[in-house]
This record gives sequence, C-alpha cells and structure tokens, in this order.
Amino acid sequence: MSEPVKSIVTPVRLDYVYTAGVASTRFLQGLAQGRILGQRCPVTGKVYVPPRGSSPTHGVPTEEEVEVSDKGTVTTYCIVRIPSENLSVKPPFVCAHILLDGADIPFFALIQGCPFDQVRMGMRVRAVWAPKEELAPTFESIRWFEPIDEPDAAYESYAEHL
Amino acid sequence: MREVAVIAVAQTPSVRRERTRNEVEMLMPVLAEALRRSGLRREEIGFTVSGSCDYLAGQPFSFVSALDAVGAWPPITESHVEMDGAFALYEAWIKLQTGEVDSALVYAFGKSSMGDLPEVLGYQLDPYVLAPLGVDAVSLAALQARAWLEATGRSERDLARVAVRSRRDALENPNAQLKGTFELEKLLAEPYLVAPLRKHDCPPISDGAAAVVLAGDEVARRVCRRPAWIRGIDQRIEPHAPGVRDLARSPSSELAGRNAGARHGRIDVAELHAPFTHQEWILREALGLGEEVTVNPSGGALAANPMMVAGLLRIGEAAQRVMDGRARRALAHATAGPCLQQNLVCVLEA
Repeated sequence: MSEPVKSIVTPVRLDYVYTAGVASTRFLQGLAQGRILGQRCPVTGKVYVPPRGSSPTHGVPTEEEVEVSDKGTVTTYCIVRIPSENLSVKPPFVCAHILLDGADIPFFALIQGCPFDQVRMGMRVRAVWAPKEELAPTFESIRWFEPIDEPDAAYESYAEHL
Repeated sequence: MREVAVIAVAQTPSVRRERTRNEVEMLMPVLAEALRRSGLRREEIGFTVSGSCDYLAGQPFSFVSALDAVGAWPPITESHVEMDGAFALYEAWIKLQTGEVDSALVYAFGKSSMGDLPEVLGYQLDPYVLAPLGVDAVSLAALQARAWLEATGRSERDLARVAVRSRRDALENPNAQLKGTFELEKLLAEPYLVAPLRKHDCPPISDGAAAVVLAGDEVARRVCRRPAWIRGIDQRIEPHAPGVRDLARSPSSELAGRNAGARHGRIDVAELHAPFTHQEWILREALGLGEEVTVNPSGGALAANPMMVAGLLRIGEAAQRVMDGRARRALAHATAGPCLQQNLVCVLEA
C-alpha cells in the first residue's frame, strides 16, 4: 500500500511590465525631484495624493496638478509588532495616515524619529527624504516621516479625513 | 420576461500595447462616451458591473481600483465578474429582469500586453495535473484545430480564408488593430506557429476597454430612438478538462443558441467571439449560421482581441448595427476558457 499523496508543489511565476499611467508617472517623477504632486478634482476641488488621474468620487479626469507640502498631520496610526521581510525597521514601529498640508486624502507612511508610544493623532510630521543623489521615481525617495516642533493640529482640522 | 435593450456602446481602439495610460485612464473616456450616447446621467444608472481579470493586471483586486473611473459617490450598486464583460452584461440583464433597476452600465477592460498572455491564460487550467505541464493557450487551440480538421475533412485553406476575410473587413473598423489585405497563398506558405495553426490563425494581443449601457422597457423607449432589444440570452459551460470534451464541436454554444432563440428567424449579422480561425467554423455549425449570414463584419477577435473585452465587444458591435439600422436581427456570441469552454449567445432585434 503506497502512501497517499497529500500535497504537490507547482511553482508559479509570471512577469509583468507594468504601466504606471499618466498621473502616477507624474507623481513618481515628482518624488525624484523631492516634490509631492497631487491632482485636483474639478467637481469638488479636493486634492488627491498620490493622484490616479481620476476623481474617485465623480469619475472625471483630474487634470490640474497641485504640489502639496511635505509636512502634514497624523490622522490615525497603528503600532506594528510583527517583523516584515520587506522592511528594514525593527518592530515595534508606527505606520500612520498622514494628511499632507494642501491634500484632501491621507498618505500612508512610516513614522520614525520618536519613541513609538509618543505618536498620536494630530501630531505634526515632515517627510525625511533620501539623500539628493538617491532620489528616484519611487516611494523609497521618502524614507519616512518624523515629528516636527509644531503644536498638534486640532481634531476638527482632520476629522473628515479619518 | 421584461424587455431589456442595449442603448449605447463605446470602446477604445484596440492597440498592441498601451504604453502611457493605466486601466483607469483608459476607462474614463469610454465610460463618459457610453453615458453621453445613452442620454442617461451617471446618477441615473441603477447598476454597474464590470468584467476583468487580475491575472492580466498582475494585481489582486485590480477591478476595485478600476472603480476610480466610475465615480462611486453617492455609493452605487456594483458588481464584478472575473470574466469577459459579456458575462457581466448577463448579470446586468438578470438584475434588470428582477425589476430592481431600470438601467445598467457594463464595462470591461484588459491590458493583455503586460504579461506573457499565452502563459497567463495557462493558469486558468486545472492547477494539479494540467497547468503544471506548461500547456499554453495557443497549443490548446491547436489541439482543437486538429480535432476539427480531422472530424470535418476541411483544410488549412478553410482556416486561412477566415483570417483573410476578417482582416479585410476590419479595414472598415477604426477600432480594429490587425487589418489589411492578405493573400491566401502567401499565408499558407508561412511556417506553422503551433501546427496546424499558423500565425494568421491566431488573434493579436490587444489592450482595450469597452462599455455598454442597458435599459429596461420604459427607459429604453424614452431615451433611445432605436434600441437593440435583447430577445434572448443564455450561457452554457462544458467540463473544465479539455480531454473529456469533443473539441471539434461546441455543444454549449449550440444549447445557448437554441435557448436564446437563435434559430427563430433570419439572422442578418452575427458577431462571433472566435479568437482562432477554426473556432468560427465550429461556432457557425453550432449556431446554425448559413452562408447568407454576415459574420464578424467588425473583423472580430482576429482583428482585435483585448482579453475580457472582446466578448462584450461582440455584443456591442452587433447592437450598434441594430441601433444604426444596418441590421434588423443580430446574434452576438462570447466565449471564456480554453477551446470555447463556456459560451454565451445573445439575440438582438430592432
């Protein structure tokens, strides 16, 4: 009597040549210059970062480009205690939603530069960029965000963006 | 049955590789154009449903990000099929039959160029015994072509004739990708790609998107001068394993065609989703289409084959002819899976 086959291994590999798209390409080119570029919805006036080329609420093209600040406000955050192969930082660390000044949608990023248990909603932060010679069209051009010496933002200022 | 009609169609031209725009950017103008032609405002659409495949995009839940092109605010009723948009249209038709909604927006998109398409399609096969062999879509189609040639006594010349006619007709279609005047003898002198198929027997690899607006009786009559009424629609599927099927025939198309009423009257024009030349012959036989029926005047999938879109395009092209007055009664067919595994037939009338 032979042993039953309980599992098989069938490796799968597919390679893709991905097209970022017009809007994402502009955004990535901006990062290579140390700038954060968004786009404005022509209906609501809201600024989306990163831009996708469309207003997700109204399905219309967002053709107006808007540069936003690399400073912003932590709207919400979590403390990660699970290590990840893709991240160089050691847990526990903080992942946050950051509402950049001039943007209407929060941006997902790491927070460093302060003890993890001091991160709070409303905290003001700023992007820490890669050294100039390492700036490239990639999210890695922003290393992480770190606290700056500004008073916390009032809850009302970001309540709609949670 | 509630009367439901196609009231508007829009599409991008099919191209070998869309190098600048992503799926959302491709879809936005198509959706706007379909809505403009329908005469309905975005907020008036009762149901939105799409057809696409994450394996083409290489991204999980790529259909969710595609909703950025729709504008889902205030919140909309929405659905998706991981299939060709023709099957999304079927879902929309059911939704309209329930009476819950009076109109529906159906769209499909596919950038087939981003991966190695024949390989990507290999992963729709049984993952335990068939997919690991590395069999690709063209090889499977070639198995079917061989089975059909043997069963019917037809020749590779009959296959090439389909390619010549399709690409000649596509000259009239501004959205077609592969078109031109080709000589039968020259095509037959070409080497095999996967015998008995030559390159001309296979579809191009295409990027594209399309949208169709459906409406129920009252709305359709109010906003559309000449709606393309869906008089019958049905879909049938055969077993997953190609080895247990008779590949020379398409019993699922035959049954779907019967149930959709394909044989209940003269068909002026048929748009068949036959990516490979031999498949048009198999479908003609299954659907009872004689020489008098104009088949694939658009050029069909042999002239433009955006994956997940090409089936919806058949319904769109057939409906457009009815709406334009160029046809009174039209048949559209869409397929999914290897070797015509699953088939949908839709009969449209003025």
